[in-house]
Amino acid sequence: MSRRTAFGLVAGAATAAILLTSCASGGGTDSSSNSIDGDVTGEVTFVTWRTDLIQDGTFDEYAAAFHEKYPDATVKFEGITDYEGELKTRLSTTNYGDVLGLPNSVQPDQFADFFEPLGQTDDLADTYRFLSAKSYEGVQYGLALGGNANGLVYNTQVFADAGVTEVPATEDAFLDALAAIKANTDAIPLYTNYKDGWPLSQWSGNIGAITGDADAQNAMTGNDAPWTEGTDIYAIDSLIYDAVHDGYTEEDPLTTNWEQSKVDFATGKIGVMALGSWAISQMQGAATDNGVDPSVVGYMTFPATTSDGTQYAVVGGDYNLAINKHSKVKAAAKAWIDFLLEDSGFTATQGMVSALLADPLPDNLAGLTDNGVELLELNPAPSGEESLFGNIADTAQIDIWGNIYRQKLVDIARGAADGDKDSYFAELNSRWADARAQQG
Amino acid sequence: MVAITQSTPRAPRRRGRRGSHSGVPAGRGVFARLTPYLFLLVAVGLLLLLTYLPAANMLWYSLTDWDGLDLEKNFVGIDNYVQVFTNPQIFGVFGVSLYYFAGSFVQMAIALYFAALLSYRTRFSNFFRGVLFFPYLINGVAIGFVFLYLFQPGGTLDTVLAWVGLSDPPQWLGDPDIANYSLAATSVWRYTGLNFVLFLGAIQSIPGELYEAAEIDGANRWQQFWALTFPGIRRIIGLSFILAIAGSLSVFEIPFIMTGGANGTSTFVIQTLQTAFSFRQVGLASAMAIVLLAIVLVVTFIQRKIFPDEKVELS
Repeated sequence: MSRRTAFGLVAGAATAAILLTSCASGGGTDSSSNSIDGDVTGEVTFVTWRTDLIQDGTFDEYAAAFHEKYPDATVKFEGITDYEGELKTRLSTTNYGDVLGLPNSVQPDQFADFFEPLGQTDDLADTYRFLSAKSYEGVQYGLALGGNANGLVYNTQVFADAGVTEVPATEDAFLDALAAIKANTDAIPLYTNYKDGWPLSQWSGNIGAITGDADAQNAMTGNDAPWTEGTDIYAIDSLIYDAVHDGYTEEDPLTTNWEQSKVDFATGKIGVMALGSWAISQMQGAATDNGVDPSVVGYMTFPATTSDGTQYAVVGGDYNLAINKHSKVKAAAKAWIDFLLEDSGFTATQGMVSALLADPLPDNLAGLTDNGVELLELNPAPSGEESLFGNIADTAQIDIWGNIYRQKLVDIARGAADGDKDSYFAELNSRWADARAQQG
Repeated sequence: MVAITQSTPRAPRRRGRRGSHSGVPAGRGVFARLTPYLFLLVAVGLLLLLTYLPAANMLWYSLTDWDGLDLEKNFVGIDNYVQVFTNPQIFGVFGVSLYYFAGSFVQMAIALYFAALLSYRTRFSNFFRGVLFFPYLINGVAIGFVFLYLFQPGGTLDTVLAWVGLSDPPQWLGDPDIANYSLAATSVWRYTGLNFVLFLGAIQSIPGELYEAAEIDGANRWQQFWALTFPGIRRIIGLSFILAIAGSLSVFEIPFIMTGGANGTSTFVIQTLQTAFSFRQVGLASAMAIVLLAIVLVVTFIQRKIFPDEKVELS
């Protein structure tokens, strides 16, 4: 009896082992015909962060049109609300869809571990915008689904009521405008969305716009004291500090609410919020829902003018689409990406900048270009240093692209934490310098 | 609790010995001897797979510089632990735990008060028991949101205070001197029900004749409480004390939902989470988690040394 039990156990273990190995090999990239240039067949799973577009049926229409174009291929969707967080753990498996938005936490030197190369960056540069972010050693791993300009949304009605007639083009003019809004209207001049946190990270999208230097972010990796007057990050954080310090922001930042802020902005209770141009359509939607003319939503770049009198706005890619290197339908996956970028009309309906150089800019950025603002795309990090910026920031625990250090900045500015602007910037500089030393 | 764990393994061993000595055929003897282990196999297997393996994994991560994604993990020895203990940014947040620790005493006092009160035959006592226990049944995230609205400027709390003439209330979450009290109070509101039920159960397990005898001897309610109730539930109070320490060291849900750890309300667990997922330092975060576990174990050990688990003799 016991021998039979033992035999059963061994047999069971062996079966399990076979199943496990077959799973592993099934997910591998052994077949030579399975490349992005092969036949477009099979079912593509698209893991997406746009759960709203699954619900309202937009993606179903795309899927039908895709199936019409490639009768042998179909698409199914998997929407994830907490996209970054969930994908980060799923990447340690092989099961993360066929096409997915490349999570921002993956560093460039890790791209090849997870994603299929899409071609040489130089070859793609004639066709696509926004290639720099997801390129490593000259190889492209992701294509932006679309892009956004960075800057601030402002309520034109609030500006008019406050007597601000010109869109501020310098930091001082901006602070004056906030002061006028505070004095002449009931609106909160600048809403930080401190509690939700991520809107604070939107400010960092303006790195480069102040100096007009496409290498502004790369330069931080070679600077022991980036928070020094004259840099982009200094200008951004300094402006936030001054605005909060002078009382131009919400009274109790701990109770802000993103969804509510859209309504408050549309109905003239908020003057300005720092958000990418992706927010324009959401603000216009909130205005329409509340019976306000959507034309109240204005868009401006970061209030700074370079010494030669030019204003810049940084444009950058949104989530990049990448192909799982363990995918079994790589050709169909690539076809789906091409379809989304070229045929779906996605960026046009979303008011985003198309990733294709041939396509025109969206209407909602007309306000920027009318004011003579030049659009600027940041340069990629130099070869071999693609991950350096992220590594320094993480080691220093300064989340340039997050909200934790900037919440502290707001706390200090409103007198809720010890220190002042100089002492905090000095602390940031020393942490940055230490981390630079550690990262070599 | 200790008594149970000590006595369980003894029983099957005795049975196994009896089986082998009773002269049954050898094959069945082996099987009979194996039977208890076969029963254990599934449970122990699941325990190992789902509890100890991940814990061992975390111990291993804590010795590496893993960022959560890298396919290779580099061994860095005890570097992460050195950093946990030398970086003031990491260890400083334990100060916040003191608010919750102080709060847990308030919580135990309230729970004990109501448990003592409602253990007597009171009108609507079941209703009041339900009311007191109810908050513990609500999801912690929901509580966070409810209190977020309560504490908003011009929110429910401010409105109620205005009715009783207290205008110009402080910013309950915005003022860094008050925020931690607000959060600790929320935590007290949530967990009082659990303490209450523990205490009530313990009080009701004290034999009623003792109270009758005390009453005949002329003891008043206060004397009954100190002479009977309190010694009778001392072990439960000790247990609540350990839970309070462990709980206040690892506060997470309420501050995470309500402030996200901003404004000086960050706790050790929130910081661990941020280290792992905002700063991609899973190795360091694992070390922080292990250190927290070690601290809780040490505190529990000290507590048991100072207040040993005496047998309570009431009769």
